[in-house]
Formats: sequence, structure tokens, C-alpha cells
Amino acid sequence: MESFTPWSALAGGLLIGLSAALLLLVNGRVAGISGILGSTFTAGRGDTAWRIAFLAGLVAAPLAYAAAGGTLPAVAVEASPVLLVAGGLLVGFGSRLGSGCTSGHGVCGLARLSRRSLVATVTFMATAAATVFVVRHLLGA
Amino acid sequence: MPAVLTAFVSGLVFGVGLIVARMVDPAKVLGFLDVFGAWDPSLAFVMGGALAVTAVAVRVARRRTAAGRGTLLDGDPIREPAAGGIDAPLVGGAVLFGLGWGLVGLCPGPALVNAGVVPAVAAVFLPAMVAGMLLHSFTVGRRPRTRTGPNAGTVAHAGAGD
Repeated sequence: MESFTPWSALAGGLLIGLSAALLLLVNGRVAGISGILGSTFTAGRGDTAWRIAFLAGLVAAPLAYAAAGGTLPAVAVEASPVLLVAGGLLVGFGSRLGSGCTSGHGVCGLARLSRRSLVATVTFMATAAATVFVVRHLLGA
Repeated sequence: MPAVLTAFVSGLVFGVGLIVARMVDPAKVLGFLDVFGAWDPSLAFVMGGALAVTAVAVRVARRRTAAGRGTLLDGDPIREPAAGGIDAPLVGGAVLFGLGWGLVGLCPGPALVNAGVVPAVAAVFLPAMVAGMLLHSFTVGRRPRTRTGPNAGTVAHAGAGD
């Protein structure tokens, strides 16, 4: 529990909510990142530019944060390259098959009181927690 | 052009939110998922904060739609994914996603925020994630959907995140 950071977590969460509110009320779109990224490859012409702009904003965020004087948090990627490839494939394929990820189902879907999103969120949270349990406590990695 | 600008700002604010919340760090995310270990409940506070604001926005959006008004930008309809049933792709996809998320601690948002600053993510995880998305698009995602679902109906709803 020593790494518990409730205030920064809440502040970051409020910013994420602000972003989702902006996209919904100004652009009329739901901030589901897997959907925005995945559909960029298949969307029609008039539907692509805003997607690329949103994704560019995400990629630019660390630069903007650092430029504004913020200190970027340490990022520890401990998974091996093989695990990174497997995890990436699963996250990419699974989020598209399940029509959403942490942002689309976990934030926007739950805020919309979507039954589908509640089922998806409970399912991926439980699966991810079970995966961590197996990797950390059964296999002892 | 304004729509592109506001979408960029939205992405930027989302990314800064992930940074402030430290959810760009897979170790932090795995700490939340490690319920039976040294559990770090921070991610629940991220979701709580995000949900509180988004829920208000959804109420405002629905009120505008009911009143025949659309987006603040140009009055276009505000698009929400259509309601649908619980089906095998939804649950199966969530299981696969949860498996990958639990193995690495990265989901699409943090993967993109890390793309410019963490070489392992840019060179390995992100390309694999995009490959997984494309694999879906060219296999099961290609099949025209007949049942009701968030991606059914108008093209406008496709991939809207629900």
C-alpha cells in the first residue's frame, strides 16, 4: 500500500473525464481509445482527421507536460519482448473484438450506464487480476 | 478544422490525465491488478474521478439531443454507441484484452502516451497492438454484423468505444 497515490489519481481521473466530456459535447464522439485508433484504418475519408488529431494529442502529451514544467513519472516496462508482443496482440485484438477498452467501456460506457460496458469492464478487470495473480503468485515471476 | 483542433486538445488532456495519475507506468497499473499482493487501489480513484465528470457530460449530451440540439461545435448529432445485448464477442474480447493487460500492464491509452518516450513501447508493444487491431479488422471484424450492437447500424457508431 506504500505506493497508493489517491490525490494524483483523482486529479488525473478528473482530467480524463474533462477530455471525454470535451470530445462528447464538442465533437459529438465517445472517447474510446481502441475504437478511435482501430477505426482510423477503416473509417471513411471525412471520419479520419479527428481520430488522427486525438491520437496525436495523446502522443504529444508527455512533451506538453514536460514543456509546462512537469516531471514525467518513471515508466517501468518489466515484461520481456516476447511477452510485450503477446500482450500487444491480445490487447489490440481483444479490445476490437470486445468493442472497447479501459477508456471506452471502463470510463465512457460506465458513465453512460451501458450494461454491455459493465459486463466488459468486470470481465477484463477480473481476467487481468487473475492473470497477475497467476504470473506473480503462482509462477512467481 | 475546429473539430480537428478540439479532438487534438481532448487527446492531449486525456494523455496529461494519464501522466498525472501515473497510469502510464505499467508497474502502477499492475499494482492495482495485484489484488492478492501489495494492492495499490489508485486506479479506482482514476476511474472514479473520470466517471464523475463523464457522467455529467453524458447527462448534458442527452439533454441536448432530446431538445433537438447537437454538439457545441456545429450542432451535429452527438453520437453514442447504440445499446445492445451481451454477446460472445463482447465477453470473449474482454477476456483476451484482460489477459494482455494483465501480462504487460499496458492498455491502448497509456501505450500511445508512452509511444514517444518509452522505446520498448514504441518499438514492440504498440506495433503488436496495432497488428492485433488490424488482424481483427481483416478477419472477424470484416464480417457484416447483423445483430444489434454498438457497432451495428450506422457506420457512425463503428468503433465508438462501447
